[in-house]
Amino acid sequence: MATSTKLTRSNSAGWAFALPGFGLMAVFIIIPFFFAIGLSFTNQRLVSPNPTEYTGLANYRQLLGMGVITLDAVKDDAGQIVRDETGAPTFPRVRDYTRNNPDYPQLQGMREWFSWGSDTSRTYVLARDVVFMTALMNTIIFVIVVAPVQGGLALLLALLINQRLRGINVYRAIYFMPVVVSIVVVSLLWRFIYDGNSGLLNNMLGAISFGAIKPVDWLGNPNTALGSIILMSIWQAVGFHMVIWLSGLQTISPTLYEAAAIEGSSKWQTFRYVTWPGLRNTAVLVLIVITMQAFALFAQIDVMTKGGPLDSTQTIVFQAIQRGYGKQDISGGSAISVILFVLVLTISLIQRYFTREKN
Amino acid sequence: MAQVVLKNLKKSFGTVDVIKGVDLTIEDGEFVVFVGPSGCGKSTLLRMIAGLEDISSGTLSINGQVVNDLQPKDRKIAMVFQSYAIFPHMTVRENVAFGLTIAGASKAEKDAKVNEAARILQMEHLMERRPSQLSGGQRQRVAIGRAIVREPSVFLFDEPLSNLDAALRMDMRMEIGKLHHDLSATMVYVTHDQVEAMTLADKIVVLRSGSVMQIGSPMDLYHNPANLFVAGFLGAPSMNFLDVTITEMDDTGCTVRNGALDPVRIPSLPKGDTAAKVGDTVKLGLRPQYLIPSIDPASGTLHGKVILTERLGSETVVDLALTDGTKLIVALPEDAQFERGREVSLSFGPARAHLFTPDPELQASAKH
Repeated sequence: MATSTKLTRSNSAGWAFALPGFGLMAVFIIIPFFFAIGLSFTNQRLVSPNPTEYTGLANYRQLLGMGVITLDAVKDDAGQIVRDETGAPTFPRVRDYTRNNPDYPQLQGMREWFSWGSDTSRTYVLARDVVFMTALMNTIIFVIVVAPVQGGLALLLALLINQRLRGINVYRAIYFMPVVVSIVVVSLLWRFIYDGNSGLLNNMLGAISFGAIKPVDWLGNPNTALGSIILMSIWQAVGFHMVIWLSGLQTISPTLYEAAAIEGSSKWQTFRYVTWPGLRNTAVLVLIVITMQAFALFAQIDVMTKGGPLDSTQTIVFQAIQRGYGKQDISGGSAISVILFVLVLTISLIQRYFTREKN
Repeated sequence: MAQVVLKNLKKSFGTVDVIKGVDLTIEDGEFVVFVGPSGCGKSTLLRMIAGLEDISSGTLSINGQVVNDLQPKDRKIAMVFQSYAIFPHMTVRENVAFGLTIAGASKAEKDAKVNEAARILQMEHLMERRPSQLSGGQRQRVAIGRAIVREPSVFLFDEPLSNLDAALRMDMRMEIGKLHHDLSATMVYVTHDQVEAMTLADKIVVLRSGSVMQIGSPMDLYHNPANLFVAGFLGAPSMNFLDVTITEMDDTGCTVRNGALDPVRIPSLPKGDTAAKVGDTVKLGLRPQYLIPSIDPASGTLHGKVILTERLGSETVVDLALTDGTKLIVALPEDAQFERGREVSLSFGPARAHLFTPDPELQASAKH
């Protein structure tokens, strides 16, 4: 029929226009996505003369394998706990259980991740891949700190710049500037700021405290490295989320504020009853976007610390890339990517469930 | 209760004067309507009373207290907005109770006042719904409910019916009128719709470009418009204006004529800003309802030809082309038969005709 041919013809034109974009998406996003899932079940290496073998869940078992062992303190013949020079009780070596111990085959090859205990006994949590576990925990800490702090700060800035004041655009531009600068450049700059000897931060802290605060090697100290990266990451992307909040704020009708003013609403009450409910959808968006971006933490780590010192800034994506390309273990890297995907998907679904429109 | 007094109230945005000195006394319990075309400053004036706009100069007092520098919440006013301004995420009950919630009122007090407002507005069955589940008229009712609960000295309405369809608008108009009667509260109402102004007001304030053109009761303004603008603004269809020349003039009236009008003596003098003299061209204002057409060419003083007849049921509107080419509209009761192209003559009672000196501002805007 005439209409159907016309429809088909216009469809083919449509497909032709969509093809370049669709093709690029397929080559760079869709196919690699399924590739990663497929490769994670094999022992594929980046470059290898050996044929690829299907290994099932071996990669996942290697990454996520965990065990727990509780050990009693070593006692002498009299039944007294053997203590070292500092008075601390001694415990049997964990590696006696994880290396070729026929009684504990399930712990074979694991290493101590962390432990806790009392004078008489100690519980050790073991992981087959301690570095990955550290990376996982670091990433989760990063997300837990960055998501609320960055989102809240961005909202605060958005509220501040959502005013009709002379020159307000200057502030909008200033807050947004770090977003425009490449994260690699920002990371390089902050490496200078955080420098342990003559960094800007150390100099400033020294100056305002008249030398009372001694220089800290912010990125070289395992206690401060992750915190430093968190701070810089919040600063870098806060402007982006500020703009999203701002667009949300501007969809709220000004008459609602006027009505609230006539009803005698205070600033806080206006925020509580007018602004915040009006930002509901924006809040969901900001939260999910920050969470996803935070889970993908990589560039800062790569430029500033390479996961160090002492693995204190290892992250999931950094591990995935280091495995896949650094160690040429592409199947291991793929498995990490899949774990990250499942993690982010799960959290996003949970967030959506809790922020869903009621009734 | 509440008397609102505006003394030489002015408002400027930078160098632009929006309100150019308004003097007005609104008596306690009075229903005052600000009416005028868009951009005349009527909403700005209302917002100045509400405290949503700063007052550039002059004084505003409510109940004898100067409130120029008081926050809106301290002025004992409530306002109903054109866009309703009800909070979308709250139920009707929460919306109506909003002011009480903010003030930290007890649950019992809230319930009592909200239920009373719901009863007055007959919306008890809507209380647990959300605004998205309400029609426009119901939303406006919620907004009015929120105003009632505040127990204000003065109710302010900013074009509350503009977003409603015609049938609903009439219902709500009657309800607002009834509400005024029941609450006997002072109300200030802004509209561009002269029908709302005529039907609701105790006192109409006609505004143009930030100045008051005339203040008076609806029928006073209808029958005795002070100038060309007020005459043209009130009444539907609007008043016909003919350019006529004064041929004779004394203290009690003057005789006018033009190409289509036989000389006729009007027992009043031209109204407007400037004085007129013999030989001047002035405007003769004739309400469409007060023209009597006849097919007898000798029975009337105006002569023309029918070009269109529109039957509205309750009245028939006849468009005429006068012999000098100007257009004229006649409104006749019920169904009157006038064929297109028929020559007619029209008569009118001279006492119901008005003479106005020309208004340069109106002519300038008419040309654009």
